[in-house]
Amino acid sequence: MLDVFDLLPLLLTGAVVTVQITVMGGALALVMAFAAGLGRLSRSAPIRWLSTVYVEFFRGTSALIQLFWLFYALPLLGVSLDPMVAAVIGLGLNIGSYGAEVVRGAVLAVPRGQYEAARALGFSRAQMLRRILVPQAIPAMVPPFGNLWIELLKATALVSLITLGDLTFQAQMLRTATLQTPLIFGTVLFIYFALAMVMVFIIRRIERRVGRGLDRGGMRT
Amino acid sequence: MSQIDMSAPPMVRFRNVSKAFGDLVVLDDLNLDVQPNEKVAIIGPSGSGKSTLLRVLMTLETIDSGVIEVDGEPLWHMRRGDKLVPASRGHLREMRKKIGMVFQQFNLFPHMTVLRNVTEAPIHVLGLSKEEARARAVELLEMVGLGDKLDSYPANLSGGQQQRVGIARALAMRPKVMLFDEVTSALDPELVGEVLTVMRRLAEEHDLTMLMVTHEMGFAREIADRVCFFDSGRIAEEGPPSVIFSDPKQDRTRAFLSAVLNSQ
Repeated sequence: MLDVFDLLPLLLTGAVVTVQITVMGGALALVMAFAAGLGRLSRSAPIRWLSTVYVEFFRGTSALIQLFWLFYALPLLGVSLDPMVAAVIGLGLNIGSYGAEVVRGAVLAVPRGQYEAARALGFSRAQMLRRILVPQAIPAMVPPFGNLWIELLKATALVSLITLGDLTFQAQMLRTATLQTPLIFGTVLFIYFALAMVMVFIIRRIERRVGRGLDRGGMRT
Repeated sequence: MSQIDMSAPPMVRFRNVSKAFGDLVVLDDLNLDVQPNEKVAIIGPSGSGKSTLLRVLMTLETIDSGVIEVDGEPLWHMRRGDKLVPASRGHLREMRKKIGMVFQQFNLFPHMTVLRNVTEAPIHVLGLSKEEARARAVELLEMVGLGDKLDSYPANLSGGQQQRVGIARALAMRPKVMLFDEVTSALDPELVGEVLTVMRRLAEEHDLTMLMVTHEMGFAREIADRVCFFDSGRIAEEGPPSVIFSDPKQDRTRAFLSAVLNSQ
């Protein structure tokens, strides 16, 4: 009979891959969220249109199929991606599409008087976004971004289906080899949960940091 | 008080300006000339278009027809030969530099210190160096009595202090025209005086054209060169404060003044 310590080395190897994708995919998602979220607020119609197509396409189709496209279909069209690259791009673009709406919503929620004051002072639209509106919108973005980041952690389980040795992949391997199904998946659940708790801790710290100096008139916590 | 040259070309000129929100006409074929240095108080019932008058001058609202000129140049238009064409974004940005505005709700930038509120636009819009902008800001903040609050955040200031920062922030752009949109209406009564004191000094010591939408009749009477009574998108009556407040010609003006003065 195997105990949990026999399983852990392999599962932790998988967890490292899971964390890598969560961090790198999260970084890509953040970049895409700002690019497409601000893009949807652009004055240029083509930029708005492009951003909207990106958001609706990646939000409106299955993340698993997006990964399959990147990993199994693209090579047939002549583009072969390393599975890790496919995973980061696929999940980053997918979560980024949700993040774009977070960015757009938070910027639009900045009180109108801020926009008017910035305009009265002669700021260009880009300056207004960068110096006045976005900095004030960021505190409102952090909690939903935190949500999405944890969603991303859990979505990384999908990459086991494009041959990546993540936590879920290793669990499946172990299960086939040992048939200790309850123990293995119990441990895996716990590891995902522990990772999520670490992320929650990081998000809280960021929340506290960006909230400083800003009085949004909301509830004090 | 600085002298007003009535023969000089007007600093602000409205020519047949109209503006409607849907069916509601807020500026109705409005004509108004304001001379350089003149202090004009705009009074009238709410919804009469007073604030819209300032907001179209600040380019926060568009106009439907007519021409506005500021400092001899059309605001919402550009001269192309002898024709007027709609203004480009660049033209509007240039014209905004001539005009400063102070808001009822202050609209300070809450994520910036008092000092940065006042230096941000001079640095990034006018291209001043940090040192120049800082020197200008410190001077203005001292003038409004907030020289000791440079590093405070707006949330830690009283409403009266915030509004004085708002005045300093607008002045830091060295505008030729200053617009004051009910700047004391959101203040607790005991804080109104400190803001009016600053505006009084401004009126007396600076070469500024000032347009003030206000409910402070005593203040209007004291510092305005001219009072315009606004009603239904038009100037129903205008004249020196001594005349408007003591001997208004129009029934509407009389009714409005007696209602306001009785409530104060």
